[in-house]
Amino acid sequence: MTLWWVADAILLVLVLPIVIYLLRGILTAARSIVTSVDQIERATAAGSQDLDAAALLLTTRDQVKQTVAVVAGYGGSLDVIIDDAE
Amino acid sequence: MLPIAAIGPGTGSIVVVALIVLAVVYYLVSTIVALRKITAGLDRVIGNVGEILSKSQPVEEIVTDINGQLDAGVDLLEGLLVKKAGLIDAVGLVDGLYPGAAAAGFRNFPDSTTVDAPRISEVYTKGTLTLARLGREAPIARGNPAGAVLRNVEGGSLAARLLYPDERQGRPAALPRSPVIGTDSPVQYEQRDDIGKPRKRMPSA
Repeated sequence: MTLWWVADAILLVLVLPIVIYLLRGILTAARSIVTSVDQIERATAAGSQDLDAAALLLTTRDQVKQTVAVVAGYGGSLDVIIDDAE
Repeated sequence: MLPIAAIGPGTGSIVVVALIVLAVVYYLVSTIVALRKITAGLDRVIGNVGEILSKSQPVEEIVTDINGQLDAGVDLLEGLLVKKAGLIDAVGLVDGLYPGAAAAGFRNFPDSTTVDAPRISEVYTKGTLTLARLGREAPIARGNPAGAVLRNVEGGSLAARLLYPDERQGRPAALPRSPVIGTDSPVQYEQRDDIGKPRKRMPSA
């Protein structure tokens, strides 16, 4: 009978706090992961929104092609007009 | 008899185990809720990452193409500048426009890094005069038969002058004003009596 009471006391004083401590650690870690996932979600959403301007690179490429073509024509004219250095 | 004495060790065990089970249930349910939030958040993250991948996929090809076009333009302009102005004057010209650029030299002319760049921003050389010609004498300044004029004939020299630092463009802030002449001028001078008369001659010896 006494040993049984001792076992109950051990369960109450030792096992129950250990179980609560371990489970609380798991819960704290899980909640911290939730916070991190929220931050990652906001970052990826912002990154995805920033990349909306990437489509303008097509326009930039066309503009660069036209500009280089104009520069090439202008350079060709200068090559004909101006004498060489030597 | 005290109430605590009324319960046996078996009842105590049941109470303690029940407490343990309650704690386990509470924390496990809370953990499950947190894990479900994590799952939902990760699903949204995966969606955003997918968008990022799809949007950034063509970027490399486009940027590489743009870089190729710009490289061709740089090669063309460097070659033209060196051909027309000579390597030394070309380096000096670039260094005059962008101080310190002579150290980097031209990309397609490795010898340009060893050139002692002339101070074209201070001394007129052939390269500078070549630029000046563009605004005054070059036929391209007169107009382009295919469309609008490329260069303003009257402002051509100004456009060439703007290539130089500000101090080279400076003009006197306030020139002295031209004198006002006429009968109502603020400064009146006495009329000389000898005007219109025969020149005085030295007495003959």
